[in-house]
Amino acid sequence: MIESLVTQLEKQHLIAAFALVGGAMYISYLVSDKLTKGRVHGSAIAIMVGLALAYFGGIYTGGSKGLADISLFAGLGLMGGGMLRDLAIIATAYGVRFQEIREAGISGIIALFLGVIVSFVAGVAVAYAFGYRDPASLTTIGAGTVTYIVGPIAGASIGAPSDIIALSIAAGLFKSILVMILTPVAARHIGLDNPRSAMIFGGLMGTTSGVAAGLAATDPKLVPYGAMTATFYTGLGALLAPSVLYIAVRAVF
Amino acid sequence: MVIYGVALLAGCMLVGLWAGDVLGILLGVDSNVGGVGIAMLMLIFLGGYLMDKNKMPASTEDGIKFWNGMYIPIVVAMAASQDVAAAFDGGMIALLAALLAVIVSFALIPFLNRLGRANPAEKKVSETKGIVPVPSQGAKKSLTASSPSHVSARARHAR
Repeated sequence: MIESLVTQLEKQHLIAAFALVGGAMYISYLVSDKLTKGRVHGSAIAIMVGLALAYFGGIYTGGSKGLADISLFAGLGLMGGGMLRDLAIIATAYGVRFQEIREAGISGIIALFLGVIVSFVAGVAVAYAFGYRDPASLTTIGAGTVTYIVGPIAGASIGAPSDIIALSIAAGLFKSILVMILTPVAARHIGLDNPRSAMIFGGLMGTTSGVAAGLAATDPKLVPYGAMTATFYTGLGALLAPSVLYIAVRAVF
Repeated sequence: MVIYGVALLAGCMLVGLWAGDVLGILLGVDSNVGGVGIAMLMLIFLGGYLMDKNKMPASTEDGIKFWNGMYIPIVVAMAASQDVAAAFDGGMIALLAALLAVIVSFALIPFLNRLGRANPAEKKVSETKGIVPVPSQGAKKSLTASSPSHVSARARHAR
């Protein structure tokens, strides 16, 4: 009986992945709510759970595709593969209005570009300091520091290895969590107490979950302002990282 | 119909990724140049255009919104299928890169906040401060230290 269940799970691998990720997300949001009082967003915990599962999967099988190497969880590879990932990230752009960014003014636009470039350069600099020299790895880690979605997009389009892509997701995830935790602490010192600075904040940080959770812990009224500019950030990163920034990295290194 | 929304999304993705490939060939880099970003721009403009024309009924939107909602679960699945075991030793890089990015970005907020409502002279100063990668306390100190010529030179660099 158990055997036939396993066979079914292997056969319906994508559906099994939906169920597995759904369960993991439920537990993550529960943990976020109960243990961190919503301070660390459920999505960040869920991604952490994903990375942890991939770690144990990798140790268990010795393969390079994390948990997806276990035949029972092969659907994760399809669900989290480039095709569906790109479709989902593009879908997040729907409903974004360029008029909104105009409300943030010139400083909002500068914040967006500066935010992407500063995070990218920080990632590249640290990767370089740790001995990475090839442009694809440097760009992917830099892009991951922009957000955990820009890293894999850039990595996939310029052909970076999976462990570098995993590293880039981790960098983006750390950034998101750091923003969640540090924003309420730093808010007073950086003048984060009005809609205008919240829009600049969202544009500079970019990580939507980090910005939303961080602002919610600071002043819930500021969340929509920060989230508004943050929605442009990933798109801008996905546009710049595998193009202008990659070419710049290739020119320098 | 739901499929119209999904098809619109799919069309944007295919054209965007194709454009990214073509751009890569034209630029002589062996990669997809910003394809996802191009697709996102297309969806913003096409979706906005259709919305203004009242050609986006709720059912069509649902086809896009579903995939929008699947974004985080897909990222979780993506995280679960990466070579984390091999990347584990590099965890320090990820943490340091993130910490550096967050500290510098935090430090930039007060200066960008001043930008746009300050007079032109102050504007240059705030922009210059914008690119100095030090935490806010250090930045405050150097605010008084930099000379005007230095300031404008670096302000140009910032653009």
